[in-house]
Amino acid sequence: MAPRFLEGNEAVAMGALTAGCRFFAGYPITPATTIFNAMLRLLPATGGVCIQGEDEIASMGYCLGASMAGWKSMTATSGPGISLYSEQISFAVGSEIPIVIVDVQRLGPSTGSATRGADGDIQFLRWGNSGGLPVIVLAPVDAADCYLLTIHAFNLAETYRCPVFLASNKEIAMTRESVDLDALHVPDIIDRKPPLDSASFQPFQVSEKRRTPYFLPIGGSVPVRQTSSTHGADGYITTDAKQISENQWRLKKKLEAAVEKFTFFDEQAAESDTLVISYGVTARAAADATDLCRRAGRSVGLLVLKTLWPVPAQMIRNKAERYRRVVVVEMNLGQYVQEIQRVLADRQVEFYGQMDGQLITPIRIKEVIDGR
Amino acid sequence: MAASLLNKDRPPVFCPGCSHDRITGALDQAFQKLGLAGSQVAIVSDIGCSGLFDTFFHTHALHGLHGRALTYAAGIKLARPGLQVVVTMGDGGQGIGGAHLLAACRRNLNLTMLVLNNFNFGMTGGQFSVTTPSEARVGSGFLNQLEKPLDICQVARSAGAAYVKRCSSYQSGLADDIAEAIAFEGFSLVDIWGICPGRYSRQNPLTPKIIAESMAAMPPADGVVEENRRPEYGSVYRKTAKGQKTVHPPHVEQQFQPPGTGRHEILLLGNAGQRIITAGEILCLAGMTAGLQATQKNEYNITVLRGPSVCEVILSSDRISFTGLGQPDVVIVLSREGVDRRKSLFAELHPQSLVLKATDTQIPDCSGAVHLLDFKKMGVKPADRALASLAVLAKAGKIIDIEMLKAALWLRFTDKVQDSVLGLVERVGSNN
Repeated sequence: MAPRFLEGNEAVAMGALTAGCRFFAGYPITPATTIFNAMLRLLPATGGVCIQGEDEIASMGYCLGASMAGWKSMTATSGPGISLYSEQISFAVGSEIPIVIVDVQRLGPSTGSATRGADGDIQFLRWGNSGGLPVIVLAPVDAADCYLLTIHAFNLAETYRCPVFLASNKEIAMTRESVDLDALHVPDIIDRKPPLDSASFQPFQVSEKRRTPYFLPIGGSVPVRQTSSTHGADGYITTDAKQISENQWRLKKKLEAAVEKFTFFDEQAAESDTLVISYGVTARAAADATDLCRRAGRSVGLLVLKTLWPVPAQMIRNKAERYRRVVVVEMNLGQYVQEIQRVLADRQVEFYGQMDGQLITPIRIKEVIDGR
Repeated sequence: MAASLLNKDRPPVFCPGCSHDRITGALDQAFQKLGLAGSQVAIVSDIGCSGLFDTFFHTHALHGLHGRALTYAAGIKLARPGLQVVVTMGDGGQGIGGAHLLAACRRNLNLTMLVLNNFNFGMTGGQFSVTTPSEARVGSGFLNQLEKPLDICQVARSAGAAYVKRCSSYQSGLADDIAEAIAFEGFSLVDIWGICPGRYSRQNPLTPKIIAESMAAMPPADGVVEENRRPEYGSVYRKTAKGQKTVHPPHVEQQFQPPGTGRHEILLLGNAGQRIITAGEILCLAGMTAGLQATQKNEYNITVLRGPSVCEVILSSDRISFTGLGQPDVVIVLSREGVDRRKSLFAELHPQSLVLKATDTQIPDCSGAVHLLDFKKMGVKPADRALASLAVLAKAGKIIDIEMLKAALWLRFTDKVQDSVLGLVERVGSNN
């Protein structure tokens, strides 16, 4: 098929529909509002529900309720809204409620600049839940990624029963571009799994082989419990320290031990001593910068991360192995570079960041690569 | 009568004399009166003593964050319209979740909300809530004396709730009242007054008789609120949704060969009302009709018809990676407000950069090749300036041509508007 002319936010909405999303609730906020607009155009006509919450906390609550009733659900906001989502995010993490959360980042802190881009929420998304348990964060580079990674986000939310974030950016979300979605390789759609035997169903029962509990919906033929309190396999409050500890470790390991199954990235390897690592819209400038370098006679490698959390440490180590020097470029004052420094502790890791509402330019990145 | 839905493995564990005990029993009786099985009911609760309710029943249950129970309940109900969804919240939850209460009343989704109103935060030590009387002695020192308590029933009624009932935990027929509220088609709220012996009534004289007398002195709230009666939200939503159409943005087929190769950056500087953003979109669509890649970024104020409007377009025969502009190949200058946003750009332009400038708009010293557009002479209205500029650009034939531009207008517009824009492009393209 031929390309369409889409902004990243429209591509997110279309990806959600392809993934089987049936419920969306959101509160208007630039630069995320056009996801709500698009979902309202797409969902009700196809038997789904799209509603405007009275605030961000409510929007998350509607989604969590609908998800527990068995519907794939998504919400979208920007940094100020993520702050308000926080307690509900913790609920989704601890109580294993599948949901896709799109954070269209804008320049912070606080109200900041509604129409300026940034990648300032990268650590906030990881650590914005009480308890500090891991979450999945995917970062799109362009409209095509917005479509594909949204589908992956739903698949991951269903597979691992957890919140999955799409860390978008105003500069991707509200930039329109020609994109042929039909030419993309769309993954198989995954749905949460019901237990083989629902008669003996326990809402948080797991086994040696399976770290994620099976799912039955609230409203089905078997009464199902869900709770935000510390719970045992039966979904009732527990004070048993052993049971509590095992559950916390399970919630941690179910994502961190599985990251290799969902490590998304792009790579341009080069015979060079320098590797540039970037993500999001900045990766587009980094790609042009490495082109400039090549044309100037100096090849450098490029690694574009699309899975940010859990940190795909093994992949990063493998890809960085042949390089002496690593340059991390991101649209903030230094967030993900801390992970790179931790993972590549034996390498020279340099950083360039910018937080002024402007795109980092290829020329600036080339200067950093050239050591200027 | 159906069987009791009480969870025999988990009997209620309230403090001795707690009115919540009575409400637990009344709710179970109400379920029985309505003939409901456990799988037909979801109890949604939040934090505090009212948040224990979901564990006492063998039904679907969701126990969530303080004050947010109504939001989960709404999500469940929208996805499962056949399920009876009952929300239990305390007077504490009414305060922290006030916005959700108002939204639920206005929306009229078929939920039943039981407010377990015992005038204080029992679980955290008896602090004051939104319903604590000013004269009560509670765990918040003198603070409650400075605030006026809220009448949840009056709030719900004025917010549009179609069913509002004030009850005492001790009145006979409480189970019937709850059953009636559950059976009501729409949002129903039952404000159930009770005694918290653990925290509240130790310092404040409160008996079933005092509750009855206090309630009698309140404005009536006795069930259906006629002026708020209307169709239930979910049923109206589903009916309305059936008439909606899903519309995807169109595919843009390649029809032409592009006039040139490489990357071209075009900057439009104007003000709101000149249809700058629309022109940018048309330019991109025009490029796509010749198989070019396209990106568009816009910058504008929140005001409509006032303030600057800036649009950055890239058309390229290769993949577009970086979406920012360097030194644009073309700058279309249509008003001062747009120029002010990009003042520093003009001195840095390449000599071969084309500047299409309205004669009535001034620009700083500029190293590009300036081509003047006298819109008055051309007979072009302010709202058509941007489109007319595209016609001039297309006539030059280097980045887009007239056929590509016309094809874009065919894609973007229909009917009379299409005739009008095609006419404009025809006229400007042949005269200028």
